[in-house]
Amino acid sequence: MPQLLLEIFSEEIPARMQQGAARDLERMATERLKAAGLTWDGLTTYAGPRRLTLVVDGLPAATPDREDEMKGPKASAPEQALEGFLRKTGLTRDQLVERDGVLFAVISQQGQATPGLIPGMVDQIIRNFPWPKSMRWGSGTLRWVRPIKRILCIFDGHVVPFEIDGIPSDAITEGHRFLGSGAPFAVSDFVDYRHKLEREHVLIDVADRKLRILEQAKAACAAKGLSLVDDDGLLDEVAGLAEWPTPILGDMDPQFLSLPPEVVRLSMKVHQKYFAVRDPSKEGLAPNFLVVANVEATDGGKALAAGNSRVLSARLNDARFFWDEDQKVGFDAWNAKLSGVTFHAKLGTLAERVERIAALAREIAPLVGADADQAETAARLSKADLASGMVGEFPELQGVMGGYYARLAGQPDAVADAIRDHYKPQGPADTVPTAPVTVAVALADKLDTLVGFFAIDEKPTGSKDPFALRRAALGVIRLVLENGVRGSLVEMMKPAGTMIIAGRKMSADTKYSADLLAFFVDRLTVLLRDRGQRHDLVAAVFALGDDDLVRIVRRVEALAAFLATDDGANLLAGYKRASNILRAEEKKGPVPTGMVRTGLPNQPEPETALAFAVGAAQTAVDIALDAEDFAAAMTALAALRAPVDAFFTDVLVNSDVVEERENRLKLLGQVRDVMGKVADFGQIAG
Amino acid sequence: MQPFPEPDLSTSTEPLAFQDLILTLHRYWGEQGCAILQPYDIEVGAGTLHPATVLRALGPKPWKAAYVQPSRRPGDGRYGENPNRLQHYYQYQVILKPNPDNLQELYLGSLAAIGIDPKLHDIRFVEDDWENPTVGAWGLGWEVWCDGMEVTQFTYFQGVGGIEVDVVSGELTYGLERLAMYVQGVDNVYDLKFTKEGLTYGEVFLENERQQSEANFHGYDVDGLKRRFEDMAAEVSRLLDMRGPQGQPLVLPAYDQVLKASHLFNLMDARGAIAVAERQSYIGRIRELCKACALAYVEQERKTA
Repeated sequence: MPQLLLEIFSEEIPARMQQGAARDLERMATERLKAAGLTWDGLTTYAGPRRLTLVVDGLPAATPDREDEMKGPKASAPEQALEGFLRKTGLTRDQLVERDGVLFAVISQQGQATPGLIPGMVDQIIRNFPWPKSMRWGSGTLRWVRPIKRILCIFDGHVVPFEIDGIPSDAITEGHRFLGSGAPFAVSDFVDYRHKLEREHVLIDVADRKLRILEQAKAACAAKGLSLVDDDGLLDEVAGLAEWPTPILGDMDPQFLSLPPEVVRLSMKVHQKYFAVRDPSKEGLAPNFLVVANVEATDGGKALAAGNSRVLSARLNDARFFWDEDQKVGFDAWNAKLSGVTFHAKLGTLAERVERIAALAREIAPLVGADADQAETAARLSKADLASGMVGEFPELQGVMGGYYARLAGQPDAVADAIRDHYKPQGPADTVPTAPVTVAVALADKLDTLVGFFAIDEKPTGSKDPFALRRAALGVIRLVLENGVRGSLVEMMKPAGTMIIAGRKMSADTKYSADLLAFFVDRLTVLLRDRGQRHDLVAAVFALGDDDLVRIVRRVEALAAFLATDDGANLLAGYKRASNILRAEEKKGPVPTGMVRTGLPNQPEPETALAFAVGAAQTAVDIALDAEDFAAAMTALAALRAPVDAFFTDVLVNSDVVEERENRLKLLGQVRDVMGKVADFGQIAG
Repeated sequence: MQPFPEPDLSTSTEPLAFQDLILTLHRYWGEQGCAILQPYDIEVGAGTLHPATVLRALGPKPWKAAYVQPSRRPGDGRYGENPNRLQHYYQYQVILKPNPDNLQELYLGSLAAIGIDPKLHDIRFVEDDWENPTVGAWGLGWEVWCDGMEVTQFTYFQGVGGIEVDVVSGELTYGLERLAMYVQGVDNVYDLKFTKEGLTYGEVFLENERQQSEANFHGYDVDGLKRRFEDMAAEVSRLLDMRGPQGQPLVLPAYDQVLKASHLFNLMDARGAIAVAERQSYIGRIRELCKACALAYVEQERKTA
């Protein structure tokens, strides 16, 4: 079966766009092949620094013949309707077919040779390609991410001839810019293409490029007893910057190891796209770097390693300049600068925010077992590094630099650590701080953000969350849960709200807490769902009015375990039945409540048994809940399962005898009430 | 007459002196058909702002030029104490309109001419889309890296003065000091050999950096700068409203005033005299003035094409 091979060869495509382009090419080719009525066995795309490649295997030589029937007007329809239909189909009246009084047009299309369809498809793909940014070049009008140099298009071993904006198709491509033979060459099919390109030092598949980088980088490190510091993001990027990626280990002036390792790594990564290297026998980084070059240099890479090393030294000299200068400035001057930096027009300057966080951290400190003075100090210093030279250069180092500078300024470790880590956790994969002072500042930082933006009604909507409030809320939840911070969330937010409303002179009835609480419940639900919990259980527990996250989660966990048992599932069914009956009764009028009577004449045994069981369960549930022993509360409820089942099997609630009926309704009411102390079972899907 | 002395690369392993680097590039681009121009005689922040680039990039007429342009960045002055930063440095600027198909190859040829062997060094084209908001210019291209150092900005102009270009120009901006430091293996710009005989860059420029830095940061009279900025800005519209002997608007002199206003803004900025809120407004005004010149220029060019 014939194969289609397409290569669009251009000047260097930005690394960050390549893999998206491979996906777009796959999607667009699939859509257009389908629309042309073609079928195929396999379709693959590749993207690299200078080329996009599409290979489609198992295409037919031609599309099948097709007959499409189009429904027209009724045979009795007025003349205009018929004329319109004839115009649309290009047929005459006697070519139409009549069936059940309706006219049909049969449009037959002869199959077309596949090669004839390809030029139009390629033209459409190239002209409509969704590059994030595209450009014109020379005097032409075509747009592409960078100038297109060649188009290779082969179907079944033959060139598919066409031209796009003056660029003719051909069977010719070229190899690596520096390592290739320098002469363009012809290929016959994909295997030949891939093979010849590899001989010309081009790996078209990003997976091959990554593999080559990792294998050679690790080998280069291992040869010197060192190990590579993995960085997947960097690997993705460098794999898009070289057609023949060649790792070279270079030496770094060891004097720079006195800089914080974060600074060295970031300077290497952001500016130079180097991997950092470690000596497994020592702390910190090794005085080396790993650069992924696009050339196998004729001197084995000596000159380019030396060149890169000099450039890195210049970069690290800049970093050391910031490091030294920053230490001459210090926290007071930085904090003073923060009063000139707006955090948000409606929420004031960073200096105002720091004041609030400091007061809030002090309030939270006792809840997390932190020293209140240390928490306040750490919070007061927490944003100062935003005004430092180093963070100005490397915003990613916020917090980290503050931590270093605080330690150098003689702050105790607890304070310095809190400054360093108070932005954590930054995402679901990030670790959660456990040091008490850090937890206090981290909570204060996030609560001020959340309360502030909710108070000014800047809540996330749909996919829009410009202030990363979802992340902040998840951060609060994880800090609270993983550190077992007990207390009411609403109470924890209150001082933040009071300060923001007073400090920003907002209306006294500014509301935030109900929406924010609901937002937290949402985030908690998502978090528990990601951990495999049922989402309806959070709502069932939250409906009880509790806002102690630790307790909510414990309840949810106990409830989930209970519902997974036979007793739990059956009791839930019993609950639903009871509450359905009660709801129906409530519609008719007030449902009797109060003491359930036992020992009535002719009272069925299951009724008496349930009455006693409910009484016992009430006591046991109360005791268990007081002790926050939710497993015990569930066990107490489990004891109701058999009596409830027996009651529904043997007793008719709707007795003709009014007293019997009322007593049974009261009994069901008590079942519902006692279960309702543990969770709102009505919210749980049965 | 031989216009430029040709450095003898074939027999010499000695790296090029700063001036020989410039002469080599002149020879190379001259051979590619570029007019070798001299620096523009008004202070500019970048070689792009020379009218030979920013204005000639507009309109449909072909154009090829290369020149050295001193670039003045008052805020970058370091009193001669930083080995890499200067408030006055040189850019080598090449503009080819329309860009030839083999511009990348021509560019790599220029690196080879100054002694950079792409089989020994790692030359890379790394995405960097260039934009100069002050003159409303933008383009797509790369920074070219040599062993991890950015040596050239390579741009396909897409718009100038807020106007989409008729024909795309290829623009190359070489950082001459960096390139020379690389070629000579020098870590401090002031240690560069300016001449083969050993005159250093420091001997030529160190004192200039010291005095200019002090003037940029503390010397100039802020009120005077502001006043002159307003004068220049007013001059632009006045000149654009006037007509020359062939009935043309006086775009070229008007654009000179834009450059002067732009430099005055940079000086005010270095003096710390521009409040955060004012900044955008100044930049916006310069962009508008530049746009007015660009519009008048492109109209004239299309008329005479």
